[in-house]
Amino acid sequence: MTTQTIAFNTDRKLMKTGLNRIIGIGLFLLPLIWMDLTTYLTLTIAGISLGMLIFLIASGLTLIFGLLDVLNLAHGAFFAFGAYAGYTVLNFFNSLGWIETASLSSSLFYLVAALCAAAGVGALLGIVTEKLVIKKVYGDHLMQLLVTVGVSFVIVEILKIIWGVNDEVVPVPMGFQDSFILYGVFIEYFRIITIILGVGVFAVLQFFLKKTKIGIIVRAGVENREIVKTTGYNISRIFTLIFAAGAGLAAIGGTMMAIFNQSVDPGMGDQFLIFALIVVIIGGMGSVTGSFIGAIIVGLSFNYVAFLVPKMALGVNFMIMAIILLIRPKGLFGKD
Amino acid sequence: MNDPILSLDKVHTHIGQHHILQGISLNMKAKGGATILLGRNGAGKSTTLRTIMGLTPASTGRINFKGKAIENKKTHEIARMGMGFVPEDRAVLFNLTVEENFRLSMIEENEKTHENLNEVLELFPALKKFWKTKAGLLSGGQRQMLAIARVFVCDHALLLIDEPSKGLAPIVVDQLGESLLRIKDKTKVILVEQNFNLARQVGSDCFILDDGQVVFHGLIQDLALDKTMMKNYLGI
Repeated sequence: MTTQTIAFNTDRKLMKTGLNRIIGIGLFLLPLIWMDLTTYLTLTIAGISLGMLIFLIASGLTLIFGLLDVLNLAHGAFFAFGAYAGYTVLNFFNSLGWIETASLSSSLFYLVAALCAAAGVGALLGIVTEKLVIKKVYGDHLMQLLVTVGVSFVIVEILKIIWGVNDEVVPVPMGFQDSFILYGVFIEYFRIITIILGVGVFAVLQFFLKKTKIGIIVRAGVENREIVKTTGYNISRIFTLIFAAGAGLAAIGGTMMAIFNQSVDPGMGDQFLIFALIVVIIGGMGSVTGSFIGAIIVGLSFNYVAFLVPKMALGVNFMIMAIILLIRPKGLFGKD
Repeated sequence: MNDPILSLDKVHTHIGQHHILQGISLNMKAKGGATILLGRNGAGKSTTLRTIMGLTPASTGRINFKGKAIENKKTHEIARMGMGFVPEDRAVLFNLTVEENFRLSMIEENEKTHENLNEVLELFPALKKFWKTKAGLLSGGQRQMLAIARVFVCDHALLLIDEPSKGLAPIVVDQLGESLLRIKDKTKVILVEQNFNLARQVGSDCFILDDGQVVFHGLIQDLALDKTMMKNYLGI
């Protein structure tokens, strides 16, 4: 291919991207027709915050589903396990009486401790699952569906044995219960922290996949495992690490969602697995950027529609998914 | 110095129920140069390379590389011992840029590999022009150049190259031949090739495989003079 042809294709791509952006911004501003600016901004911040929570679980699914090509229906269970791990840490601090009096900075410390515990437990669970179960079913989607459903049942039953079958109230550090008002818009600190965490995870994943050597190996391994092996890399070990990272991200998402909802229950993973699957399909398999944009779309549309037509809130996401798949069958950022 | 860098002793390979390699024995000396594997389609040439590389493991038999048994080693371990492999199809990563394809090849990024990279880019200057372009956007010839160039950035003791000229225009095959000539001065090469002219240009000794067995071993110039052998086994 000549340099001129590549330049021509690049120009066409830029024009198309520009048009898509204009349509996207138009849709983003559309709810202003039915609501005032303050309500719109409040819902927008809440929607982006919800989107980031969904992104945390969807990003892990993107690594496992999109990059490793593993249909992992146990992802929701990793999410729930992470939620309980975080809940346990917060409960421990609460038993010391520290949660109720926590300032914003000490609240952040408790959050980081809970997230570290969740990520560690999630990653460990991911390593065990990959080594014992997934390794044997790479490339076989039907078997992956069956065994990961089984893994999900096992994990949820373990959750029930350890923490019981009932919902538990999650102690939320006092610093996160505060809020501030900006231009008439009521903003909770926890929503801002969620957005910062989501954007941070997105940036780290992008950097990891695009700029680091291990990211190159992962992307290469997804495309052609043989070349990676014949180059001298132990692809099995790398895939185990990616699976563990995906499970760890789900667990982090679980802890954040537990604080957001102020409760945990053993079946909480199933509901959010549906959101994550919608996001991954909208964004395009294996695209972290796609998942990020998809999560924001899902979070915003859920919030706007929940305000305008509450009964349509979940349904609108399925509609968006269907429309996007009709226009772009491989998702917004899926590779043709 | 005259110890074989690679030897196969009565190697049998099965793919499913098919008995592909049926007791192949080969010896290749450590010094540079190119050994050519010739034979009709389905003779077992590519399977021989894949078996050596551990991608299609041998059922029985012994394979020694640099004096060590490798028949039970994993592919990445064999690669790290100094064996490079350019497979027949899709030997580059389409979704990675040319630069990333090269970075992937450098198991260790150090002064030596960067020096090698500069040498390789002198050998294949077209690749420098498309440095930030995804390999999937390159032409067939450029992709093949990249496939060979990327294994050359590491110092391999042995390079296995499977049908590099397949599907390429004659002018590109000529360029490829020149590149292979320069490569074989530095590194021992085992080349599977259907294009006999390219094979003769690059190689010194050759093996002919037929039905998974070695039916000829000798100098390629001698083979070129043996009309019966050429017709029976290569259809030329």
